[in-house]
Amino acid sequence: MLSIGLGHYLTLAAIIFTIGVVGIFLNRKNIIVILMSIELILLAVNINLVSFSIFINDLSGQVFTLFILTVAAAEAAIGLAIIVVYYRKSGTIRVEEIDRLKG
Amino acid sequence: MIAHAIVFYIFSLIAIVSAIMVTVSKNTVNSVFFLILDFISISCLFIMIGAEFLGMIMLIVYVGAVAVLFLFVVMMLNVAQQKNEWFNSSGRSSHIPVGLLVSIIIFFELIIVIGGWKYKPDLLDSIAIEINTDLTNTQSLGSVIYTDYIHLFQLSGMVLLVAMIGAIVLTFRQRSGVKRQSYFKQISRDRKDGIELVDVENNKGVKIDA
Repeated sequence: MLSIGLGHYLTLAAIIFTIGVVGIFLNRKNIIVILMSIELILLAVNINLVSFSIFINDLSGQVFTLFILTVAAAEAAIGLAIIVVYYRKSGTIRVEEIDRLKG
Repeated sequence: MIAHAIVFYIFSLIAIVSAIMVTVSKNTVNSVFFLILDFISISCLFIMIGAEFLGMIMLIVYVGAVAVLFLFVVMMLNVAQQKNEWFNSSGRSSHIPVGLLVSIIIFFELIIVIGGWKYKPDLLDSIAIEINTDLTNTQSLGSVIYTDYIHLFQLSGMVLLVAMIGAIVLTFRQRSGVKRQSYFKQISRDRKDGIELVDVENNKGVKIDA
C-alpha cells in the first residue's frame, strides 16, 4: 500500500483509460467532449509506457511516449479543424444531429 | 517512501476526479479546464517518477497548445448549444446501460491483466536502451532520439507538418464581398494605365470621363 510500484501506475492508467472510454460511449451530445476523451485515452497509454520504462530501466518507452504526444497534438488540431468546418457548413455540432451518413 | 506514496495518491486522485469531471460536467468550458488539471497532475506524476523531460513536454504541448486550442474552439463555436447532458437526456437513452456495461467489462479486463502478468525471464537481457543514471533524463533522451530514432523523429516532424497544412487547408475559406489585395495586379500595372497627361487649354478646365 505504501510502497508505490508498477501496479499502482498501471491501475491509475486503467482507470483513466476506462473513464475516457465511458466518455466516448455515453456522450451523445457534444463532439468536443468526445475529442477530449480521446486525449484522456492517449494520456493513459502514455502513463503505461512511462511507468514501464522507469520500472524496467529501459528508455525506449519514453521515446515512444514522445511520438505519441506528437501524434496526439496533430490529431487534436485536425479534429478541431474538421469540427470548425462542419459547424460552418451545417450550423450544429451536436452529435445526434450529425446523421448525414445515416449510420 | 511514505511521502512518495502520499504524493502519488494525491496526484492520482486529482487526476481521476478531474478525468471524471471532463466527461460529466455540463459546461464544455469547464470540461476543458478539468482536462488541463488532469494533464498537469499527470505530468507531476511523470516528474515524480523520474521522467522529467516528458513531464515538462507534456505541460508545454498539452496545456500550452492542445488545451488552449480546445478552449479556443469551444469559445468560438456556440457554447450554448453544447450542453453536455447525457444523464437526463430524454428519449433515446438506451445506449447508456450498454455503454456502462461494456466500460465496466473493459475496466475489469484491464485490472485482471494488471494483476496477472509477470516479467518474462530474459527481460533484463532484452532491454533496448538502458537508462544511464549518471545522465539527466533530458540528456539521455536527447542522445537517443537524434541517433537511434532519427527516422521516427523526422517522421513525427512530417506528421506535424501535414497536420498543420491540413488544418489550414480545412479551415481556409474565401469569402465573397471582401476586398483583397492582388499583388500580381499591383506589380504588373505600368505607367500607361495609371497616368494620363492632358494639355489643358487656358480658362477651360479638364473634363474627366469617369
